[in-house]
Amino acid sequence: MAEINFTKLLVHLVVLVDVVLLHVAYATYFERKVIGHMQMRMGPTRVGPMGLLQPIADGIKLFFKEDIIPAAADRPLFYAAPIICLVAMLSCLAVLPFDPNHVLADLNIGLIFIFAMSSLASYGVVLAGWASNSKYSFLGGMRSMSQVISYEIAMGLSLVGVMMMTGSLNLGQIVAAQAASPFGIYAIPQFIGFFVFVVSMLAETNRVPFDLPEAETELVAGYCTEYSGIRFSLFFMAEYIGMIVMASIGTICFLGGWNGPFTVPYVPFFWFLLKIYAIMFFFFWVRATLPRYRYDQLMDLGWKFLIPLALANILLTGLMKTVLE
Amino acid sequence: MISLSQLLFAYLATAITGLALLAVNARNPVHSVLLVLAMFFHMAGLYLTLNAEFLAAVQIIVYAGAILVLYLFVVFLVNLKEEIRVKRFVVSQHYAILLAIGLCVLLVSNMDSFALGISGPWTIEAIQQTTHIKALGRELFTTYLLPFEITGLILLVAVIGGLVLAREDKATTKGNSDDENAETKGVHQ
Repeated sequence: MAEINFTKLLVHLVVLVDVVLLHVAYATYFERKVIGHMQMRMGPTRVGPMGLLQPIADGIKLFFKEDIIPAAADRPLFYAAPIICLVAMLSCLAVLPFDPNHVLADLNIGLIFIFAMSSLASYGVVLAGWASNSKYSFLGGMRSMSQVISYEIAMGLSLVGVMMMTGSLNLGQIVAAQAASPFGIYAIPQFIGFFVFVVSMLAETNRVPFDLPEAETELVAGYCTEYSGIRFSLFFMAEYIGMIVMASIGTICFLGGWNGPFTVPYVPFFWFLLKIYAIMFFFFWVRATLPRYRYDQLMDLGWKFLIPLALANILLTGLMKTVLE
Repeated sequence: MISLSQLLFAYLATAITGLALLAVNARNPVHSVLLVLAMFFHMAGLYLTLNAEFLAAVQIIVYAGAILVLYLFVVFLVNLKEEIRVKRFVVSQHYAILLAIGLCVLLVSNMDSFALGISGPWTIEAIQQTTHIKALGRELFTTYLLPFEITGLILLVAVIGGLVLAREDKATTKGNSDDENAETKGVHQ
């Protein structure tokens, strides 16, 4: 415990958070460009060459905007909600192994730690809804909460197959075991688990087609209706970091982590980043393509289809394991 | 000389007691739920000092992530605008204080009879070697299989009971469900 090098840890921490926040900023740019081109538009073009400075401009604008707090809001909770969201999401980053040597905290319970933290993030959302004292916010918060707890079960169960094949919850060990498996990635033998994971990943991050908590045609902007300026951008960052974390879990548990067809010299995290970008592109692609689900359809899908499917996957994986051994 | 782990324990214990007291005394039920959430986190920290990392994570996932969320739902749906005032259990506050002090003295005077349990095959080193989850799983599914199965059965009974109650409720309120009722139901689903 005593031999931890604190300076090294601190530098690692600062670099990690900075890199991720930069990714968050440019994920918005990427998203607007991708959706723009899918809808035969240009996306942002004005600020900087090809609109490349747009995220910076947006960030500055949000930072200096007036921070409006509703008169009837529960102030301490209204202040705390976005911070709870962001802190929970940022702490997930600590256990993610980006390459064999870069992981801030190499926990034995890495996967479960991420579940714990993402369940904490839903508190931020529901408290934002309640503390705003507005019916749109409240309904958005409630929807988000019930959606997240329903799909968390499906997501957890979909990853049990991976845990069974690896025999570990340590994310680094999951990647290592995957490299040694016959297919190299778990997405092929665990295709049912991968399918369930992808669907519940979209629901967990409140993305289209499951963006009911923020359904703008019904709820204005859901739980963040009453938020403005920097507090709104904290929610925004939390949402995008959540997407990055989910993409990382997908990469680590199903797509082989930092391993690729060949090793790229000097950039050990090359494949990891490439896979994350591919999953992020998938998020945006889905957003540009699919219409929103109805609320009861969402709950039916989660409880009556995905959870039984994930349970069947666990049974199948167990059977395969006993047969093969 | 106080070691770091003792200091940590002192902090966690004080925080747990303090947060629990605050939660009981808070006027706003939502604030109470949040204070309990903070308390659960400190309890998870206590498990971490005992090398029980899996228990710590499960403490957060199950208690903070699931049970407390349901409490929050109930608090929201019941929508307590005013505090409920109940009749006092005891006639005077002085009796209550006297009783509490008596109980405290009784507990403190029996401190000596606390003894450490017998240490089994799982020492801290053994657990660290096999990892906590594997050790826990192996014990649960071999030595304690019967209690584990019984617990599972009891939980199953609770689930079925909940389902039966929910179905009956639906049948009786079907006839007179007004707009507001439908609204809350939509959220609750």
